[in-house]
Amino acid sequence: MKLKKVLLFLLIAGVVIGLAACGSDAEEDNTEEENTEENDASSDNAEEASNNGESGLEGTVTMAGSTSVQPLSEELAAAFMEQNPDARIEVSGGGSGAGVTAAQDNAADFGAASREIKEDETGIDEWVIAIDGIGIIVHPDNPVSDLALEDITSIFAGEITNWSEVGGDDADIVVISREDGSGTRGAFTDIVLGDAELVDSALIQNSTGAVAEGVANDPNAIGYVSVGAMDDTVKGLLVDGAEPTAESISAGDYPVSRPFNYVANEETELSEVAQAYLDFVLSDEGQQVVEDNGFISVN
Amino acid sequence: MKFQKERNNKSNIEEGIVKKVLFVMALTAITSLGLIAFFIFNEGMPFMIDYGIADFIFGTEWDPSNQVYGIFPMIVGSVIATLLAILIGAPIGIAVAVYLVEIAPPKVARIIRPAITLMEGIPSVIIGLFGMVVMLDVIRRLARGPLSEYLPAGYQTGYSVLAGAIILAIMILPTIISISADSIRAVPNEYKEAALALGSSKWQTIYKVVVPAAKSGVLAAVILGVGRAIGETMAIIMVVGNTVQIPEAGWEGIFAPVRTLTGNIALEMGYAGPEHRQALFATGIILFIFIIIINSITLVLRKKED
Repeated sequence: MKLKKVLLFLLIAGVVIGLAACGSDAEEDNTEEENTEENDASSDNAEEASNNGESGLEGTVTMAGSTSVQPLSEELAAAFMEQNPDARIEVSGGGSGAGVTAAQDNAADFGAASREIKEDETGIDEWVIAIDGIGIIVHPDNPVSDLALEDITSIFAGEITNWSEVGGDDADIVVISREDGSGTRGAFTDIVLGDAELVDSALIQNSTGAVAEGVANDPNAIGYVSVGAMDDTVKGLLVDGAEPTAESISAGDYPVSRPFNYVANEETELSEVAQAYLDFVLSDEGQQVVEDNGFISVN
Repeated sequence: MKFQKERNNKSNIEEGIVKKVLFVMALTAITSLGLIAFFIFNEGMPFMIDYGIADFIFGTEWDPSNQVYGIFPMIVGSVIATLLAILIGAPIGIAVAVYLVEIAPPKVARIIRPAITLMEGIPSVIIGLFGMVVMLDVIRRLARGPLSEYLPAGYQTGYSVLAGAIILAIMILPTIISISADSIRAVPNEYKEAALALGSSKWQTIYKVVVPAAKSGVLAAVILGVGRAIGETMAIIMVVGNTVQIPEAGWEGIFAPVRTLTGNIALEMGYAGPEHRQALFATGIILFIFIIIINSITLVLRKKED
């Protein structure tokens, strides 16, 4: 009985370590410049992996982390696998914290984080793969369509509680927020709230979809989601007069934005295929995928 | 003779193997329970002692970003949601069980029984979706309409412990119905015959004899329902608003958004940093203790019935 358990555990541990530890000669500090110079080749050591669809790349890349980055990673992975049919990219969620932990523990080749990497999160290399804007959303029927950043701060801090104070109808504001620890909430707290505390009576939803659903169903609600996740069921507010669009975010006009990071263990060298994937993501082609998905390219 | 003996030997060996295999499987169930308990306590207990057990359980503020961990609002949220769910679900469930066993014509029972089984199989996230789209809207209209004078602004959003309780009531109905139906069915026929022979009506028989005779089974059903309700997570997160606040005392309180213990863990585990994670495991300990108490009560009641 015990022996069986131990064997099973060893088997699982073996597989995990095996996946994570597939070392290669890949250079870890491939800079973005290199990639833009040679946007066709996927990497120095896998030059065959170009657009001809026939590459020698084989193996699996595992990825875990932020659910905000996940949809983008899946698109990037699909594009990469089309070029490299023998490569497998497995994308799973878990959250930004889990992504960083996965990289630190070598449980995945890459961790994904939808926020700045904190100072106490050590032992990892990080790459910014895209920039995400956070849209402030209200019900489509809400007459308010433009708010100053400080008004948004006051609303989420509970100092402004009625829409009439910011030029809307006479109705109480219903604040919808994400759960503590969420990457989106972290970014929102940093950018919008600053030192202010989120109002105690805020409703908490644990996914982008649930926040959007809550706002779409309540004419008095205000919430926030990734700009890439906004749709017609809600209205994205202008902040300080800037639209929540890719153009104004990359131009630096729209104030509520955050980086998407890939992180990997700095002790372990990336496998050949992992390096090729990273190079692809940072190449013009990968960044095109980033833009196609409503996020902002880092090039 | 010889052949017979060989066969006996063979089947003895077979039997021995099967017994061992089954024993190992039974052990797995117990070991996994032990492992889970050990794991949760191991992760959460040091934190709870470090932070102060009383501060943790009775603290009214939950702010992981600033290392403040008080789960009292979540305990209150879980308890109110569960009690309210039982208040709604138990009378309905027991009534359905009585109807099914004692009153319903076989034809009707043949339709209701599979429907209840089906109900038990509906994934909780589906019920949650229903609650989020349909029920929240109804409660919001009620709270913003006729009740708006009485309710504070924060209680008019539809997201409420009431919505959670209705969802939970729907989810615990099958448990309550099937177990209380079993125990009502187990009431000896002689009881009923005696009551009817003494001139009681059918209703009097049910009310005064059958249900009281099945009392401990029915109670066990309700308490199992409590166990299920307090442990439910997914559907609850979708409708209760997850606000860390203790509802106002009084009837208005049922319109207050709350957060449950289970919701707290599920909401925040994905993104939690090290200490925050331990605090969530400690939340799990409290939940675990609640469940153990509830299940022990059920066990005692069931024993009494036997």
